[in-house]
Amino acid sequence: MGTIAMSSAVTRVRVDDEQRLYASILEIGVYLGLVVLLVTFALYASGLVAPSIPLHELPNYWHLSVHDYLEVTNAEHLHHEHVITGWAWISVIGKGDYLNFVGIALLAGVTIVCFLGILPTLIRKHDRIYATMAVLEVLVLTLAASGVLATGH
Amino acid sequence: MGVPAGGRTSGWWPLWVAIALMVGSLVFVRSIDPAVAAAAQEAVGLETASPIAWWVWPVALLALTFVMGILAALGGVGGGVLYVPIVSGFFPFHLDFVRGCGLLVALSGALAAGPGFLKMNLASLRLAIPVALIASASAIVGAMIGLALPTNVVQTALGAAILAIVAIMMVARKSEFPDVPEADRLSTVLRIHGVYREASLGQTIDWRVHRTLPSLLLFIVIGLMAGMFGLGAGWANVPVLNLMMGAPLKVSVATSKFLLSITDTSAAWVYLNQGCVIPMMVVPSLVGIMLGSFIGVRLLRTAKPRMVRYVVISLLLFSGAKAITKGLGLPFFF
Repeated sequence: MGTIAMSSAVTRVRVDDEQRLYASILEIGVYLGLVVLLVTFALYASGLVAPSIPLHELPNYWHLSVHDYLEVTNAEHLHHEHVITGWAWISVIGKGDYLNFVGIALLAGVTIVCFLGILPTLIRKHDRIYATMAVLEVLVLTLAASGVLATGH
Repeated sequence: MGVPAGGRTSGWWPLWVAIALMVGSLVFVRSIDPAVAAAAQEAVGLETASPIAWWVWPVALLALTFVMGILAALGGVGGGVLYVPIVSGFFPFHLDFVRGCGLLVALSGALAAGPGFLKMNLASLRLAIPVALIASASAIVGAMIGLALPTNVVQTALGAAILAIVAIMMVARKSEFPDVPEADRLSTVLRIHGVYREASLGQTIDWRVHRTLPSLLLFIVIGLMAGMFGLGAGWANVPVLNLMMGAPLKVSVATSKFLLSITDTSAAWVYLNQGCVIPMMVVPSLVGIMLGSFIGVRLLRTAKPRMVRYVVISLLLFSGAKAITKGLGLPFFF
């Protein structure tokens, strides 16, 4: 066991304030994201909200690379000036397939909210190193979420 | 995990059912040859009905991911490492969408597990934050590289990476309570240490870590691979946290799972912004994996972990070989 210290006394394991807060924000965000994702998918799959690409035509496109998929589906169905990348999905949120992006974005965005949420606690505790790292993590995730980092085949 | 006397095989049935479902799903999917379907569509024009109903694919994906969820939970791996090679190898979806979906599958599992692990103090936020910062930044770069490279190159490299993961899984030993004679300077400055309640021993465990700097550097490579191939990175996180840094096994597993919720978020955004998300793939996959994991965790009491591990390793070997042959344009026996 080496230097791992063990104590048989039934002591209550104390969880840091920022860790407990992070967990609470994460829990709410995950439940919200999953519920929204399932509801929007039900609206999409049931046909209650019409998709941009008819469901029966999906197999014609999903074998294409993302570049070709976006070009072809835009030309044949969406008829937008540009293909839908980045946050442009918000402009077609009325389409059943793009409506699902709300739940996906919630799930992908909750971590940013968690880091922002624990920042005041870290600052209050004068934990400068972790406060700086939390800010940097927010910047990294925001950069990824911004859509600035464009690439392609 | 012991097997009751006189019932040596009784605890194996969930595993055999899962394997039968997995093989059945793959044989079914393989029987619907995408090339034949595509040729038929081409011959009659895109406007006519596809020879295969569109809903067959999401339903097959749901069934397969359900089994994957069971095996992943029993085998102690994340869903992403099984999802990407198997779905890209046997389904008609392009690798771009499979990787985007694989990241969302791994991300959802990590997000769902995170709050519980953090509240129990099994996942350590102080350990995760520096690691996550490095891994998430690297995952963005990995995702951009993966999306910029030709598909066949990524598919071949994915196969090679999967085979390397198999080697790591076969070689790496786990240590429940690694020996950490002294915390290193960096972990001391960052105050990376903790306490958790080990229910199996009825004891409270104090832990600390060492070799922090070289471990953090390794997470650059792990993040790159996670982003590039759309894999979760639990297969790499756990050995580094446990064997290299010396965190107890349970802390390593829980922190690794929580870490994925941050690392995979950054890469998932890159794929999402590039349009690599088809909801008809994502939602059935998420539901399948989550339901399967839910069942798998309950089956843990009766299944044989060693046997499950062999099944997972065999599946990875199989799908890794399939990915390499597909990437190189070589024939594969299945």
